[in-house]
Amino acid sequence: MSVHLHRWGCLHNRNEIRFPRIYNQQKPLEDMQIKIPDQSLVVLIGASGSGKSTFAQKHFKPTEILSSDFCRGLVSDDENDQEATKDAFDVLHFIAAKRLAAGKLTVIDATNVQHDARKPLLELARKYHYLSVAIVLNIPAKLCQERNETRQDRNFKPHVIRNQTSQLRRSLRSLKREGFRNFLYILSSPEEVEAAQIERQPMWTNRMEETGPFDIIGDIHGCYDELVELLMKLGYEVTTKEGDIPVIDSPQNRKVLFVGDYVDRGPKVVEVLRLVMEMHKNGIAMCVPGNHDVKLTRALRGKNVAHTHGLAETLMQLENETPEFKEQVADFIEGLVSHYVLDEGKLVVAHAGMKQEYQGRASGRVRQFALYGETTGETDEFGLPIRLNWAEEYRGQATVVYGHTSVPEPEWMNRTVNIDTGCVYGGKLTAFRYPEKEFVSVPAKKVYYEPAKPLQDRTDGDLPTSVPKDDGILDINDVIGKRIISTRLNHNVTIREENTINALEVMSRFAIDPKWLIYLPPTMSPTETSQKTDLLEHPTEGFTYYRNQGVSKVVWQEKHMGSRAIVIVCKNTEASQKRFGVIGETIGVCYTRTGRPFFDDDTMENALLSQVKQRVDTAGLWDTLNTDWLCLDCELMPWSVKAQELLRQQYAPVGTAARVSFADAVGALTNADNRGVEVNELLENYQNRSDTISGYVNSYQKYCWQVESISDIKLAPFHLLASEGKVNFDKDHLWHMEMLSKLCISSENSVMFTTSYGIVDFQDEQSVNTAIQNWEELTNQGGEGIVIKPLDFVVKGKRGLVQPAVKCRGREYLRIIYGPEYTLPNNLERLRARGLSHKRSLAIREFALGVEALERFVNREPLSKVHECVFGVLALESEAVDPRL
Amino acid sequence: MLLTITTTYSPATDLGYLLHKHPDRLQTFDLAFGQAHVFYPEAEKDRCTAALLLDVDSVGLVRRSYGHNRENFALAEYVNDRAYVASSFMSVAIAKVYRSALSGNSKDRPELAETPIPLCIKLSVLPCRGGETFLRRLFEPLGYSVISVRHSLDTNFDDWGASRYFTVTLEKECLLSEILRHLYVLIPVLDDEKHYWVAEAEIEKLLKHGEDWLSEHPEQEVIVSRYLKHQRRLTRQALHQLGDSIEEEETDSPNEAEIEEHIGLNEVRLTKATEIIKMSGAKRVLDLGCGEGKLLRKLIREKQFEEVVGMDVSHQSLKIAQQRLHYDRLPEKEQERLTFIQGSLCYRDSRLSGYDAAAVIEVIEHLDKPRLAAFERVLFEYAGPTMVVLTTPNVEFNIKFENLPAGKFRHRDHRFEWTRSEFESWATDVSKRFGYSVTFHSVGEVDSDVGAPTQMGVFTQQK
Repeated sequence: MSVHLHRWGCLHNRNEIRFPRIYNQQKPLEDMQIKIPDQSLVVLIGASGSGKSTFAQKHFKPTEILSSDFCRGLVSDDENDQEATKDAFDVLHFIAAKRLAAGKLTVIDATNVQHDARKPLLELARKYHYLSVAIVLNIPAKLCQERNETRQDRNFKPHVIRNQTSQLRRSLRSLKREGFRNFLYILSSPEEVEAAQIERQPMWTNRMEETGPFDIIGDIHGCYDELVELLMKLGYEVTTKEGDIPVIDSPQNRKVLFVGDYVDRGPKVVEVLRLVMEMHKNGIAMCVPGNHDVKLTRALRGKNVAHTHGLAETLMQLENETPEFKEQVADFIEGLVSHYVLDEGKLVVAHAGMKQEYQGRASGRVRQFALYGETTGETDEFGLPIRLNWAEEYRGQATVVYGHTSVPEPEWMNRTVNIDTGCVYGGKLTAFRYPEKEFVSVPAKKVYYEPAKPLQDRTDGDLPTSVPKDDGILDINDVIGKRIISTRLNHNVTIREENTINALEVMSRFAIDPKWLIYLPPTMSPTETSQKTDLLEHPTEGFTYYRNQGVSKVVWQEKHMGSRAIVIVCKNTEASQKRFGVIGETIGVCYTRTGRPFFDDDTMENALLSQVKQRVDTAGLWDTLNTDWLCLDCELMPWSVKAQELLRQQYAPVGTAARVSFADAVGALTNADNRGVEVNELLENYQNRSDTISGYVNSYQKYCWQVESISDIKLAPFHLLASEGKVNFDKDHLWHMEMLSKLCISSENSVMFTTSYGIVDFQDEQSVNTAIQNWEELTNQGGEGIVIKPLDFVVKGKRGLVQPAVKCRGREYLRIIYGPEYTLPNNLERLRARGLSHKRSLAIREFALGVEALERFVNREPLSKVHECVFGVLALESEAVDPRL
Repeated sequence: MLLTITTTYSPATDLGYLLHKHPDRLQTFDLAFGQAHVFYPEAEKDRCTAALLLDVDSVGLVRRSYGHNRENFALAEYVNDRAYVASSFMSVAIAKVYRSALSGNSKDRPELAETPIPLCIKLSVLPCRGGETFLRRLFEPLGYSVISVRHSLDTNFDDWGASRYFTVTLEKECLLSEILRHLYVLIPVLDDEKHYWVAEAEIEKLLKHGEDWLSEHPEQEVIVSRYLKHQRRLTRQALHQLGDSIEEEETDSPNEAEIEEHIGLNEVRLTKATEIIKMSGAKRVLDLGCGEGKLLRKLIREKQFEEVVGMDVSHQSLKIAQQRLHYDRLPEKEQERLTFIQGSLCYRDSRLSGYDAAAVIEVIEHLDKPRLAAFERVLFEYAGPTMVVLTTPNVEFNIKFENLPAGKFRHRDHRFEWTRSEFESWATDVSKRFGYSVTFHSVGEVDSDVGAPTQMGVFTQQK
């Protein structure tokens, strides 16, 4: 009996992995390697006792092996309990599905000698676009039987092994047909089993190690002149010799990626092919095939294909070429891989796009998708297939660059971008520069081919090239359930499911249109509790906190007692429609810290926004910042605008009830005192407390005034959060205050209100004392207090992010937080016990999410990515934390 | 918070014997929530006043309740009125400090305790939910003459209006114990709040202190209901024990007509929606914005529906719906037919695809107008049920609601209410854009001028 290892591995265009084509070639044993793709489902086939488990353990990680015996044990406590077989395989298939979905190599250690046992495994592989590998251990039944006899736990009757072996033999013929087409390895003796080596090879689509930079070029369709021009514009050196293929030199190690459709419709198909193939050969370019290229190949190979959609013209242009050239073209196209996953998985290039589940996978369907996209099977009024818009639902992390469908301008949609700008139809040839994310294009010299469907009307020529396009629909999966959001400031922020449940209701019922909601401010912790006898808070503790964090300079800013307001204002309605994608004649929005509209009626909001806009106009900030929108973080006064309900339901009633109650109590006690009853002490106590009530009422009254028109409102901005292309967290607070001072030029009628502030340098004791004095003055005049911030907006300390701000509130103000009588020594003593750590941790997490939201918006990430972060802030706000802090 | 009891009985100072408190001394009692002081501002022969000064330690209350009782907002806040008003704290203080007087005992003047004497009660700050009218309706049938002064919320801000606090003087010639028992029960009833958990034991207290007067009181049901914190089961039980057979629903609150109308209308609306969906032959049905499950109840009764999904954005509402439909106790088969999911009509949701019909009953008017665009796509484009039954108020009909001020919406949370033409043009536009046809129906009695109170659009997907 000859001892040979049979290997079938074939180049098949439908598959992504291609291994040396060896048909029925027999090789000596010692050379033999079993080559498998690193994303495959390996099915071991062999009778009981054939040595599958030993083989698996020798070649694979324990976690990669799913053994049916082990699963039997899991469900029945007995690895040999045949009655548990069905349940055991349910478990096995379940785990296998999870591993395949996650892209893990998986080995099935079960006899798999029957077709019925292999069928569900092949189905799984197909479902997850996996390659299936069969490794058959074709060992004589007698040997299997002997091995089983040495094992205590196995007492199979001899006929069981005999049956298995004969089932295996019968299967051998059909394995290939079943689906183990490309990777079928048969080991026909214990020696072969012993000698076999496994070699894992990466999927051909996997080019993660290629990190660019790249210039990705859209559909060329024979537009050779434009291609050369574009390459030159991109900085490639093109040296043309008469009648020869130009020599292309790449600048700074850049590489070209072609998205396919090199041929058909255009004038110089041959030239394009020569150039592209040459660049591919020299390693300057990487190529994926387009549907037109594949069809051409079929024609060149003599298949019967319809000579439509420009194929006839291509064949005519190829007519005078040598058969060798045609052969080269066909080989070239056949040798292309459907799509590439590049730059550590951050970039995907395919002709017609690639949905997340298919990226880096291999199957006929994946290749189909890469070439044609997903269609409904119906055609539109122009006879073109109706495409399902996979990009609309795309939620993957990788940026997908593709072509295939002509659009007038490169189109972004959820981290996918279509760069086929219809050059052959008289549009332009576009390149997408990665990682710069810029577009470079050259216009078509003429209309080479009339499109079946007119390209959409061109809008004005100099549109910003990357208009964010996003269908504006958020998916429930973008927000519900436990969420882990990666932020650039604070790694991952986890949102608990119970919090997303609350936030979904608040966001849906009360928040403004998510298109406007690009930021929510973090909560702010107070200073540590003061050690001074009659105070809860004092600036000293705020300064100490930052000093301990290694911060040398801080700013203090007056804390206005109003309500937090985020104001987005645009230069004009076009800007708001274009940048924010909102409908209607509006120039901005003003919302609260929980994302609700600040005003109930539009009139007031519009009046406010137009005043802010006028200020920005006058200050010339649109030009200074080169933007047509601004996002401001502000306090809006009076408090009573937003807190009317709270005042009427809580603050005013307590004041009234306490006033009347104390007056009556003091009156009655005075009478008793006059009668000579020993109530002196009690009377004094009540008189003192009576005074705290007037202090309390005075406190809240200062923050209330009648608002009849916009001129009664004051808006105090303190952060210029973001503008086009810029998120200003890299600027220090002086920059913010100086920029904003241009908007807050005091005048009687202006809605804009200046915030007083100062710098504290911990080296300079004087500046510390001045700040404390300022706090005392402000709070004595009834001010809420101050906010202390590190000079830099974002500071990382020894243990991660430092609080972006802490507040230090005044003694009188705190009456409306801790109750009118909080200053009584007995009360103060108890109130000192308060824990800040939860509040501070929350502040950091919310800050990181808020920053992330703005960064994503400014970087033109899809709405869902921005929304995920603001939703996170809102969800965190429902965590239970002492509301008085 | 001060409660004074004055008598002009002669000798007035005998009040001290009735209360078991010496007129010349200040006495202080420790209570779970603070202290109570008793002293006499006046103690003449012809006029004597005893003062009960209640000192509630609000800081202590917050610090004790925080973490355990977060739902009780009033007690979780440092800024709260509990320390300054007459409330269930006062009832507890009366029972503790004036225990003997409350039960009508007097060690030294037993006969006086059983003699009606002229008494005057002054409550310094009494919160009255229901206002002066309700205050009088409680005390006047018991024979009191009532003087009340209402306090404004803030004298600096007249437009904030009046507070719910009254300084109340009550006069009556009766037994001291009688007055104390009235106060014990009626103070928390006026306040409509209790600082402790109300359970069955509360019925006993109520019956004990209301023994001889509550069953005759014309406001008996409101008193019982409020005293038992509106817990229906307890209220029923207490009323039953009071020998009352009147249906509990029968109250003549000022909104009755509107509520009646509304209840009737809602029933008509849900029945109609169910009928229309049933007629369409649908088997798998969505109730989007199912709220507390009124429509779900009707839908699951129809065996034609093999699968019913109730979706709401409020997790709380879903929990209530599950309770109301006794979801836990349904047979397994029935449970399988009914699913609850939390979701929002502003977010695309693959869980909603592939249904035969969706009911969207009185939902869209709760969405801000700028969110309608998302709603339309989520429902008609992505969920794409074969049929949609959608209702919303007809604002033209609002003039027919007597209790609805002109220009006001029917519900505080309504963001808009449409006229018939506004609704029809919206619905027609939506149906065109998403490949549906739409028919319009009236729900409720149709008025020749203003139409029906509710308008309904039935959208059918065109094949």
